[in-house]
Amino acid sequence: MTSVSKLLRRSEAAVLAILIVVMIVIGVINPAFWQADNLFNLLRANVVIGIMALSVLTVMISGGIDVSFPAFAVAAMYLTVIAMNAMGYQGVVLPFIGATVIGLLCGLANAFFIHTFRMIPLIVTLGSASVVRGLLLGLVGTSIINIDRMPPSLIAFGSSTAEIGGSKLSLMIFIYLGIAVLMWLFLTRTMAGRAIFAYGDDAESAKRVGFNTRRTVYLVYGLAGALAGFAGLLHASMIWLANPRDFVGYELDVIAAVVLGGASIFGGRGSVFGTILGVFMLTLIKNSLIIMRIDNTWQGVVVGCVIVIATALTAWRDRKALV
Amino acid sequence: MADPLIELRAVTKRFPGMKALDGVDFQIFPAEIVCLAGENGSGKSTLIKIVSGVYDFDEGDLLIDGKPVADFGPRAAIAAGIQVIYQDFSLFPSLTVAENLALNRLLSEGKAFVDPKRRRQLGAEALARLDVSIDLEATVGTLSTADRQIVAIARALMSDTRLLIMDEPTTALTGREVERLFSIVREIQAKGIAVLFVSHKMREMLEISERITVFRNGLKVEEGPTGEFNEARITRAMTGHDIGHERHVWTGDASKEPRLSVRGLTVGDTVRGVDLDLHRGEIVGLSGLLGSGRTELAMALFGMEPHSGDIRLDGAPLDLESVQDAVAAGIAYVPEDRLSEGLFMRQPIARNVIASAIGRATRGPFLDHERLNALAEQTVSDMRIATPDIEKHAGQLSGGNQQRVVIGRWLLTNPKVLILNGPTVGVDVGSKAEIHRRIRELAASTGLAVLMISDDVPELIQNCNRILLMHRGEIVDQLDAQSVEEDDIHGRLKGLR
Repeated sequence: MTSVSKLLRRSEAAVLAILIVVMIVIGVINPAFWQADNLFNLLRANVVIGIMALSVLTVMISGGIDVSFPAFAVAAMYLTVIAMNAMGYQGVVLPFIGATVIGLLCGLANAFFIHTFRMIPLIVTLGSASVVRGLLLGLVGTSIINIDRMPPSLIAFGSSTAEIGGSKLSLMIFIYLGIAVLMWLFLTRTMAGRAIFAYGDDAESAKRVGFNTRRTVYLVYGLAGALAGFAGLLHASMIWLANPRDFVGYELDVIAAVVLGGASIFGGRGSVFGTILGVFMLTLIKNSLIIMRIDNTWQGVVVGCVIVIATALTAWRDRKALV
Repeated sequence: MADPLIELRAVTKRFPGMKALDGVDFQIFPAEIVCLAGENGSGKSTLIKIVSGVYDFDEGDLLIDGKPVADFGPRAAIAAGIQVIYQDFSLFPSLTVAENLALNRLLSEGKAFVDPKRRRQLGAEALARLDVSIDLEATVGTLSTADRQIVAIARALMSDTRLLIMDEPTTALTGREVERLFSIVREIQAKGIAVLFVSHKMREMLEISERITVFRNGLKVEEGPTGEFNEARITRAMTGHDIGHERHVWTGDASKEPRLSVRGLTVGDTVRGVDLDLHRGEIVGLSGLLGSGRTELAMALFGMEPHSGDIRLDGAPLDLESVQDAVAAGIAYVPEDRLSEGLFMRQPIARNVIASAIGRATRGPFLDHERLNALAEQTVSDMRIATPDIEKHAGQLSGGNQQRVVIGRWLLTNPKVLILNGPTVGVDVGSKAEIHRRIRELAASTGLAVLMISDDVPELIQNCNRILLMHRGEIVDQLDAQSVEEDDIHGRLKGLR
């Protein structure tokens, strides 16, 4: 097989091709689409969903599924902001470390149940999401922290931009891309990353070959939680408010983006580049629906269709490849 | 003589209620090819697990290079150079060939980072050692079973392997692939590596091995150089008695209207205009290389493949668009892969047996449990399925008994035509003879017409009155099973390339 046809067979190439077509079509319908302001806005909308998608990607490669990350993100964000306000702390690095650690601990709890009791990840993460959201609203508070009470250091950080040709590009994009590069290196170039692929492909064989599967499960869910916690606080810094009921419905969007990016819901397959493209595609579709003034409720229909079609395509591809 | 590479002395392994191995002495010398024979439950799997360190044993000694080893676990076994290739190969289907090959080594080196170049290089070296070429960047899931097996062998030989254990390595291979496997095994042997084979196929045991050890009920019953064995002697040792091999004689009238008549059956380009007649009471064999279209032919007759052509049952034209159509017409199909296509492993035997004939055990819209159980009990005794009760899960039965469940299930539908695809793959000799006996009985007594698809030439010769050979979608040869010799069929199959 030549390298070109190999490249074309990769699902990333298909997603990229569709993406380009969609962008051209949208550009024809609405020429304002190609304006730098719009494109930069679009990129900015990728950041939080993208980081969450990378966390879900890791879980999906391991053959699991995670629906608890929105809950972990909201808990990490809200607790950190409340703590900052309570202490009157102004800074950026420590709060982000704090939010990441909160997410990490939640993720490790998932791993504990999944590994110790051999439970199905969907059930564990559904349960932990519900518990975390409930505890947050019941014990910590239900009120939205508005811009007037948000720590100014976070707002300043979240709104830092670079000016390119008169338009402002959010610097948060580089944080997203930086995390993506690290995740790519981790998944493709470290034994721990390859262990996740092997585990997702065939857990029993992974054990026989000599991988420490317990460590892999803890790593996967811990990492997923940590990324979710980080993304949560980043989200609050970018929209200048902390809502303890935020991120409802993100599960579907993010999982849709990851599946769109070619990851297999059966584990063992998926790539960082594909996921980035999937996230971009999803935000592009949602953004276009808004521009076209399509009602919010219909966006759910579109995302649902995207997830079903993309999953059908990957399932078809997987079956074809195996025959 | 040099010390054996591994030696068991009077090893006994007990499981609750039984002795899986009873005072067994067993040795393997360097660069020796040994075959283990025995029916399911005879103790050969237990022996493999002891040799590979998976099981502990209760009495006896284990010696490596003549020295007793006290604490022999999986790690010690690997350190001693013992590698096992399991039937499922334990490969990673979504990873590339190179990565599958390199993982063990990279893991044992304990490095945190992976260098893709080195991974490729390790993979290339592993394949070069076997002198085979497989695309290193292909994902393993896209390879054929035979290639996957070669990857598994290459991986097992990456470390300093001295003994390679292969569990039923030829089950999923066609004749030509078996030959390639055997030539690889001989190359491995030439490098001084011993190979321990477990197989059900006697012809293969006799061809490849230098020594044969036969187990029965946890005891080593026979052992000796392969030259001293023939199929009858192995069978006798495995089962404890002779198994009769009278051929199936069909006394029907070929000028009568056939039970099943097929004209110009075409399935895409895998089956091309096949004509086929099955008469009442006939058992017709069908063989051919993998990809000859024989499975597609069977699937089309069972309504699972879209097809064109004329199919008649007792003279009446059939339109087989779905499995339901085929079942309603009285056609039954026992698939190749009973694990994924035939059995509900986690369901009781009773439910498995009744699955295709559920209509016989209902009262109005409800299940009639008494009748269901009665039918299940009857099938269990008819098919001589060895089980204490019908509530046991199908997954707990041996391969031979599972196959009897699948066949018994279809017999409950009172079929007119029974299509068997690899009816005794992975089934031990005793069970096999039992299944054959039952099929011949049915054909003779009920006028059932049987199409038996198999790679197992002796099986075809013993059970069929006619044997058809298929190649590239067409039936190219028809042989009279009464007069044909085994080697003749093997020769013709080899000619089909």
